[in-house]
Amino acid sequence: MSILRLCAWLESTKVAGAIRESTWLFPTIETIHVLCIVIVVGSIAMFDLRLLGLWSRDRSVTDVYDDVMPWTRASFVCAVIAGGLLFSSSATKYYHNIPFRLKMLTLLLAGINTAYFEFWTRRGIAAWNNSVRTPRAAKLAGGVSLVLWILVVAFGRWIGFTKQ
Amino acid sequence: MVQHFCDWLSNTPVSLKIQTILWIIPAVQTIHILSVSFVMASMAMLDLRLMGIAGKRQSISQMVARFVPWVWRVLLILLATGTILTIGEPERELLNWAFRTKMAMVATVSLVTLLVQQVNKRDAAFWENHRLGAVAAGAVSLLLWVAIVTAGRWIAYV
Repeated sequence: MSILRLCAWLESTKVAGAIRESTWLFPTIETIHVLCIVIVVGSIAMFDLRLLGLWSRDRSVTDVYDDVMPWTRASFVCAVIAGGLLFSSSATKYYHNIPFRLKMLTLLLAGINTAYFEFWTRRGIAAWNNSVRTPRAAKLAGGVSLVLWILVVAFGRWIGFTKQ
Repeated sequence: MVQHFCDWLSNTPVSLKIQTILWIIPAVQTIHILSVSFVMASMAMLDLRLMGIAGKRQSISQMVARFVPWVWRVLLILLATGTILTIGEPERELLNWAFRTKMAMVATVSLVTLLVQQVNKRDAAFWENHRLGAVAAGAVSLLLWVAIVTAGRWIAYV
């Protein structure tokens, strides 16, 4: 089954139809989506800035991580659920939308960057946990993450201007 | 009267530039949203800390000192980007009740935040010792911030 067929099927579901037909469902779900995204981006930025040695330098990296990650994870899950609902309401249109595709690609890259940090860079964390200057890989993870998430927001906004 | 102001403003050279150079509004909105991200994330953490629900690793006093000064700076960016957006599309903002409600709430939450900060300055243990006041301040602040973001999104819909 092609992705396009899957999108067409999604669009035909009762839920998708309800969102499309209602005057307030889409704006409400979208508002929840935005609230979740701003928490994801804001919290991840805090951790990225610590990795870059630019913020909360008096705290260990793991302390910032432990404070921030629950927020990032919980709001990310909510953002995906809300986003999925929004997507389903006009799945085929979003599928063809360039900024939407770019946003998904950027999310994938952000995921890869996070996975690399989690499974690789974080291993030696005991050595640099309490220092302001973190190793190159950590700084890179933080910098790349910041750039990618800024792009996610930019592409997301762009969808609104180009969705037919 | 506001209508006249909007008519005048939307015909100024600066407004026309913003309207016609197509990438300005999306770009400024993106900066606005990124600024909101910073404020929302830090205020959510601080408010839940005030309410005693999360983030016990830091004292309330430490959190206030860590976040609030930056919130003021980023609020300036929000004001600047918001002003550019309003100059570009005066009617869309100034004649919109979602926008006006949002601005009233921004003013209110700024006062709440200022109160939390100034009290903390005078007595770093105050909010730990006055739980009821802390919970109230945190709850009001959080509700306002969520309502502000909601109102912001709904400008496009009302």
